[in-house]
Amino acid sequence: MTLFWPDGPGDNLAIRGARVIDPVRGLDGAYDVMIEDGIITALEPAVESARGLVLAPAFVDPHVHLRVPGREDEETIASGTAAAAAGGYCAILAMPNTDPVVDSAAVLGALIELAREEAAIPTGFMATISKGLGGEELTEMVELARLGAAGFTDDGHPVVSAGLMRRALQYSGVTGRMLALHEEEPTLSRDGQMHEGAVSAELGLAGWPSVAESVMIGRDCALAAYEQRSVHIMHVSARESVATVRVAQAAGTAVTAEVSPHHLCLTDDTVRTLDTNRKMNPPLRSEDDRQALLEGLRDGTIACIATDHAPHARHEKETPFEEAPFGVTGLETAFAALYTSLVEPGELELGLVLERMSAGPARIFGLPVPRIEEGERANLVLLDLDATWKVTESGFRSKSANSWLLGQMLRGAIVKTIADGRVVHAA
Amino acid sequence: MTETARLHVAPDHGEPPLLPPRRHLLGISDLDRDGVERLLGTAATIARSLDREVKKLPALRGRLVVNLFYESSTRTLSSFDLAAKRLSADTMALRSSGSSVDKGESLKDTALTLAEYDPDVIVIRHPHIGAPQLVADVTHAHVVNAGDGKHQHPTQALLDLYTMREALGRLEGLHVAIVGDVLHSRVARSLVEALALVGARTTLVGPPTLMPRGIEALGCEVTPEIGAIGAADVVYVLRMQRERMLAGAAYVPSLREYAMEWGVTPARLRPGQIVMHPGPMNRGVEIDPRVADSDVSLITEQVRSGLVVRMAVLYDLLAGGPVDLGPALEVA
Repeated sequence: MTLFWPDGPGDNLAIRGARVIDPVRGLDGAYDVMIEDGIITALEPAVESARGLVLAPAFVDPHVHLRVPGREDEETIASGTAAAAAGGYCAILAMPNTDPVVDSAAVLGALIELAREEAAIPTGFMATISKGLGGEELTEMVELARLGAAGFTDDGHPVVSAGLMRRALQYSGVTGRMLALHEEEPTLSRDGQMHEGAVSAELGLAGWPSVAESVMIGRDCALAAYEQRSVHIMHVSARESVATVRVAQAAGTAVTAEVSPHHLCLTDDTVRTLDTNRKMNPPLRSEDDRQALLEGLRDGTIACIATDHAPHARHEKETPFEEAPFGVTGLETAFAALYTSLVEPGELELGLVLERMSAGPARIFGLPVPRIEEGERANLVLLDLDATWKVTESGFRSKSANSWLLGQMLRGAIVKTIADGRVVHAA
Repeated sequence: MTETARLHVAPDHGEPPLLPPRRHLLGISDLDRDGVERLLGTAATIARSLDREVKKLPALRGRLVVNLFYESSTRTLSSFDLAAKRLSADTMALRSSGSSVDKGESLKDTALTLAEYDPDVIVIRHPHIGAPQLVADVTHAHVVNAGDGKHQHPTQALLDLYTMREALGRLEGLHVAIVGDVLHSRVARSLVEALALVGARTTLVGPPTLMPRGIEALGCEVTPEIGAIGAADVVYVLRMQRERMLAGAAYVPSLREYAMEWGVTPARLRPGQIVMHPGPMNRGVEIDPRVADSDVSLITEQVRSGLVVRMAVLYDLLAGGPVDLGPALEVA
């Protein structure tokens, strides 16, 4: 058991005439879907179809910063999970780089208790690989896993020591939980502010080269192969990284990868605006890198889209670029951003995006795979592909509004989200 | 200078008030070729006024120019200060040390505070890119960038163009070699863009560890061979910015090796070339003292150019049009 939220009864409802797409089952057609006590009880061909409405398995996001404990001014479990519900998610995993960090049973236990009280959707918590994110000693991973840690990560930091990484891999055989890795060779990325390339040369911003990511991915794929264990590479950003993962997978290494909507939609060119909501780690890279990420997503090298939702206080982003923290929010805009930027122009298939936002991440982290099938618990998202809406600072459920999409018009809205049998969002 | 009211930092906070378009000089990209020619022409006219006994012009009487400096500076700050005074403007200088910045005040709040004095121009130097843009976004002043991080230092590039044209009579077709630490140099970035704008050719010379990857996209050539400076009309020497080198970064093995490989010495120059340096110099490192003190060096001329070019920039932002020198002010 790694997902937590308040107990409650399942809902009864019917969704009629939507185009039902379940990429896992290969289902695509107009159906009436009946839900009783939170269970899908009937799936029957529809007589009338509801134009523009798509019913799909709800999304799963394995990479969310809820900022609890420590920065409740930026996000809370209640606000972050409400944002997730509004974004079509039925489950999320929270990152442990909080203050204090989630590296002990005491902190993890308090979070689980809090989620059981205030989470709007089922929520899981990652714990850190190293104590205090210090990169030197392993956390008590077995105890943390027994208590309910969904996996382990030092997100925000790489595991710099190859020796510690190897120990973590060996130990993961006991915990049975995934190691999720932020890949960054710190002597190469140094104080990098953006992708190293023509734009950083022009702006005079310190460059964070792609190779700083790919060399660490290479190292960790080699270690995973040697120890016969699995690793998950978070927020892959560069062509070389996709290539490295692809080669390792072809050689039989159990490595999976995720990519964020902003890396799929934007390039370093947009940093010219000096908008601090274009500052993320890893940084936005070149068009060539973006194309490689799209190829990786299409051919399955990258099995998962994760938002890396990173709320920041407004005053902390309202600074010169170099002083601003890394990260942008994403839970409430992920689907619409991908639909508007990539699906409508024909760069990605709708079914592929739906699969990589739902079954893909669920499988990697051993979470229930949302399926649209009689007898399954309802984990559903109802989408209106014809709806257009404007992203505004006041429109977010999240406590933070550091979105790269502020002011933009998006197509595709979340009409309803059903998580674990309960309606958690209805527009 | 383009008319802008752009919002670059955390845009779209509800509905921002629509400010009237104001002209700024945030970077060379705010100028087109005509704009550069206009400013250099204004500077040349102003230069003639400096030959008079009383050097003050009345053009900006009653205007307020604030110099907001977050980094130490001698020549840029004194140059802007004197430029404003020579145009009869009131001036006020704020430095980060000994001010509320020391107490942790954000740039936005400092700018909002200053804005209450209704300054006509805010000249800002800041260690980070984008700071001038932020000040432009939250105040009604014209903003002049006096150096932001490693990004831009547009008045330096303009004074360098002015100096080159005074010395060589032209800019179009000139070949300029810029030697040294381009990676950490806002002077180099502004100058490369400005030279491209006026049709000059630029070659960057220096150790590969101090060349930003991808800089060629700005329209210049790059080589590690110091011999390449021989082909240039102007050898522009950059300061080895030791204060920007992070501890242990080891961009070059030693200043000694740098001086041996890339120092500009008499032997590496040919007759007819001129040498420039934005200052302050490290004599014996990037430039041989014999070069710095020789007739081919225009380093002191650059300081004089700085004054007239900055007067021209302030004049152009606030008054515009051709300069009427008029009668000199009476000596009080």
